Amino acid sequence: MASEGGYANSGEYIQHHLQNLQGCQVDGQWVTNIHETKICAGNFWALNLDSMFWSVFLGIVFCSLFYRVAKNIEAGKPGKLQAMIELVVEFVDGSVKDTFHGKSPVIAPLALTIVAWVFLMNIMDLIPVDWIPKLGQMLGIEYMKVVPSTDVNVTFGMSLSVFALILFYSFKIKGVTGFIVGELMMNPLNPKELGVPKLLWPLVCSFNLVLEIVALLAKPLSLSLRLFGNMYAGELLFILIALIGYWQLPLHFGWAVFHILVVTLQAYIFMMLTIVYLSQAHEHH
Amino acid sequence: MEIVLGYTAIAVALLIGFGALGVGIGMGLLGGRFLEGCARQPELAPMLQTKMFLVVALLDAVAMIGVGIALFFAFANPFIGQLAAVTG
Repeated sequence: MASEGGYANSGEYIQHHLQNLQGCQVDGQWVTNIHETKICAGNFWALNLDSMFWSVFLGIVFCSLFYRVAKNIEAGKPGKLQAMIELVVEFVDGSVKDTFHGKSPVIAPLALTIVAWVFLMNIMDLIPVDWIPKLGQMLGIEYMKVVPSTDVNVTFGMSLSVFALILFYSFKIKGVTGFIVGELMMNPLNPKELGVPKLLWPLVCSFNLVLEIVALLAKPLSLSLRLFGNMYAGELLFILIALIGYWQLPLHFGWAVFHILVVTLQAYIFMMLTIVYLSQAHEHH
Repeated sequence: MEIVLGYTAIAVALLIGFGALGVGIGMGLLGGRFLEGCARQPELAPMLQTKMFLVVALLDAVAMIGVGIALFFAFANPFIGQLAAVTG
């Protein structure tokens, strides 16, 4: 609520909840922004400690849960947890089989990691806005954002890793010159097929290169900003609804139910697009 | 300062509004084609639904990027800092 907890007005409440717990080096000393909000603002090397903690924690939860279930498989009569995990694994397996037209042992585990990790990170958005930050404040941690995927750094980290994989597989399958010349410079206007005289080839090829580089760069950019935008808008709406007062509950419930769809969909989309991009990188004519 | 704040507010509204407009038209077309496809071949409905949700999320992406940028300007307006640096 706007008047409780020592917030001067609703703007300050919103700002407080959108502030990450940052750590950075000032004059050689590691400081956090607990006592001084803007101390790490604009610092290129500042770390968003809360995003890092929660993303690593959720990764450990995912890995340990799946490992534990895989270790104690009961073939004849699976328990409910094992059945649920099997559902997820079969779903990812089906998606990869349908979409990926290459041979790679990396894709399916990568897809499983992406969908499970992003889903867990997004689910943190459904926890009521003030609960975990209040706990943090009682422990002395002034700022805490619990949803790692609302942090641009986290989503860009994931999408740049996928981009690195796209480039690695493109170079590996098609060769460095094969990729740069064959793919980037010969599409979409192929000079050979269009019968362009050899003199004009550099013109056509550089035009192709510009278009293809833009399309290539759009992949990681859109991948990360899609997830970030959806989650940031969702979290912001929760914060805004929390400012209303006693009429919060029906609005919170309505938005949360819609947000469940968005959460699952965004995790699924991230996984599907990763598989599609890596399948395109594996294409060999 | 008031001019900067006023124009920023208008910019935020345009960003969100045009994004919503485009997405609305796109989703309408998408939903219409999906229903048509289901009417032609009802047995394909589950598969079409999966693919429809894929395209829905892709459509959402650009609108959401616009919303993200707009909300950034609404709550952490960089122009105010620039103005303060120039005048103050």
